[in-house]
Amino acid sequence: MKKIKLQKLLFYGVLLLMTFIYIGPFLFSLSISFNAEQDVFSWPIKLIPDEWTLDNYQRVWRDLPFGQWLFNSIAITIVQTITNVFFASLAGFAFARLEFPGKNIIFAVLLGSLMIPGIILLVPKFIILNEFYLINTYAGLMLPGLVTVVNIFLMKQFFETIPKDLEEAALIDGCSYFRIFWQIFLPVSKPALAAVAIYTFQGSWNEFMWPVIVTTTRDMFTLPVGMAFLKNEFSVQWPLLMAGTILISLPTLAIFLFFQKYFVQGVASAGLKG
Amino acid sequence: MKLTAKRKEQARTAYLFIGFPLILFLVFTFFPIIFAFYISFYDWNLLIPDKPFVGLANYFELFQDRVFLISIKNTLVYTIGVVPIQTLLALVLAFIMNQKLRGRAFFRLAFYIPAVTSSVVTSIIFVWIYSKPGLLNYLLSLIGVEGTDYLTNPGTALFAIMALNIWTTSGYFMISFLAGLQSIPQTLYEAAKIDGANQWQQFWKITVPMVRPVTYFVVVLGLIGCFQVFDQIYVMSSGGPVNSTTTMSYFTYNNSFKFFRLGYGAASAVVLAFIIFGATAMQKKYFPSEAY
Repeated sequence: MKKIKLQKLLFYGVLLLMTFIYIGPFLFSLSISFNAEQDVFSWPIKLIPDEWTLDNYQRVWRDLPFGQWLFNSIAITIVQTITNVFFASLAGFAFARLEFPGKNIIFAVLLGSLMIPGIILLVPKFIILNEFYLINTYAGLMLPGLVTVVNIFLMKQFFETIPKDLEEAALIDGCSYFRIFWQIFLPVSKPALAAVAIYTFQGSWNEFMWPVIVTTTRDMFTLPVGMAFLKNEFSVQWPLLMAGTILISLPTLAIFLFFQKYFVQGVASAGLKG
Repeated sequence: MKLTAKRKEQARTAYLFIGFPLILFLVFTFFPIIFAFYISFYDWNLLIPDKPFVGLANYFELFQDRVFLISIKNTLVYTIGVVPIQTLLALVLAFIMNQKLRGRAFFRLAFYIPAVTSSVVTSIIFVWIYSKPGLLNYLLSLIGVEGTDYLTNPGTALFAIMALNIWTTSGYFMISFLAGLQSIPQTLYEAAKIDGANQWQQFWKITVPMVRPVTYFVVVLGLIGCFQVFDQIYVMSSGGPVNSTTTMSYFTYNNSFKFFRLGYGAASAVVLAFIIFGATAMQKKYFPSEAY
């Protein structure tokens, strides 16, 4: 009995240490973002500022094109989330419920494309967009991510779990497939749609490599690109930078906190199917 | 007769439903694969209109390019260092989380936060942590150890970024393992307990073999991610100091979009893609096919 208690204590010890390691860095950057002193590199460092201020947050808005970057990030994220939810569920429905020539081959090819490392596509995608004068435009930023294979796959898997008798009556009544999809399938698929929406939102919001390549002027940057730019190009003002990073993190963090169960379900099912 | 008409209508609807994604994938995935090889045979410079065919010259140049060879070495060190540690750490944490402990929901949340945060944000925070008067050296000074400036020291920079990567992804993969663990029948552990197996033995003899499918998934995803690591390198070190953190994807980026040598960059990406294919194929060998 004593041994079990000791073991539990050990487990808690490990978990608490890991919590400190995983969350600590965020807490310290939060602390820096409220620091009134601009020179945070005094030694020994102060984990808690002597003087607290909200000034850094005001300066993020005043001294940086933060509003413009925020607008760009929001626009791209919202468009890509909506198109992913709509087109991935529509295509997922076709693969799950409709019969058509070439269905299995097309689906296998799509799944196979998941094996292709993204790095090999960068240069060709850039040249293609350049041919159409889409570099440094919203279209160039958004187009490649309007719908992903993973999302189609997730929706197909989910639709296949829906019992067939649900749509059979509607089919006999002569409903169109789109109406069956829209009025019967979508309403019962909220968890899957939410998972697709949340993953896409998070992916678009945090995406870095593609926007860094496609944008060439500051006004087209997204928030992550803008923050990286600030870090690399100027002598770094840490409190300002930390205030910016805290602000960028808030939306994904909020969504994660509110929709936790969808995250966990999604990762879980992806893990089991992989 | 009526049946075939219905079939035709169904097929038409289906093509309509999958039409837009298919066109998108054709333009931005399938055509670019072929196009990447094509470009890699040309001296394709963004700023020069003339793009002569050069055959395999880009590939020959790559393997004489000292920086490219260093980038292969760095990428391999990075991947071989990160993947096993993050996988094992994720599994151990999941194992602990799977015990009936209070506050599981809280810990799960805490461990997952780095994974949902922007890579740029975590990179910037760690630049500060790793600096000479930073958090890491402060903590070390408490136990009387004097550290260095981790990102400007060629001997430590790559390892510092590797540690950040493990920190970011282990929580995410822990959730994958946790789902796998919860599907292991409890009776297996009970039987082991009756036979007198301790926790350690239960972990290695039951848990590890039973989560093999998840392990395969985690290792392959880890490999693909590590081989293509870019964001952290870009933000934290820009490949420096003295190329000690130049990875293959950063090399591709630099040549393609800094020096505008798109043909050369495409060739380096093709080499990287083949290395990734090789590595994932090797995984299939180590994980028997019934595992996934």
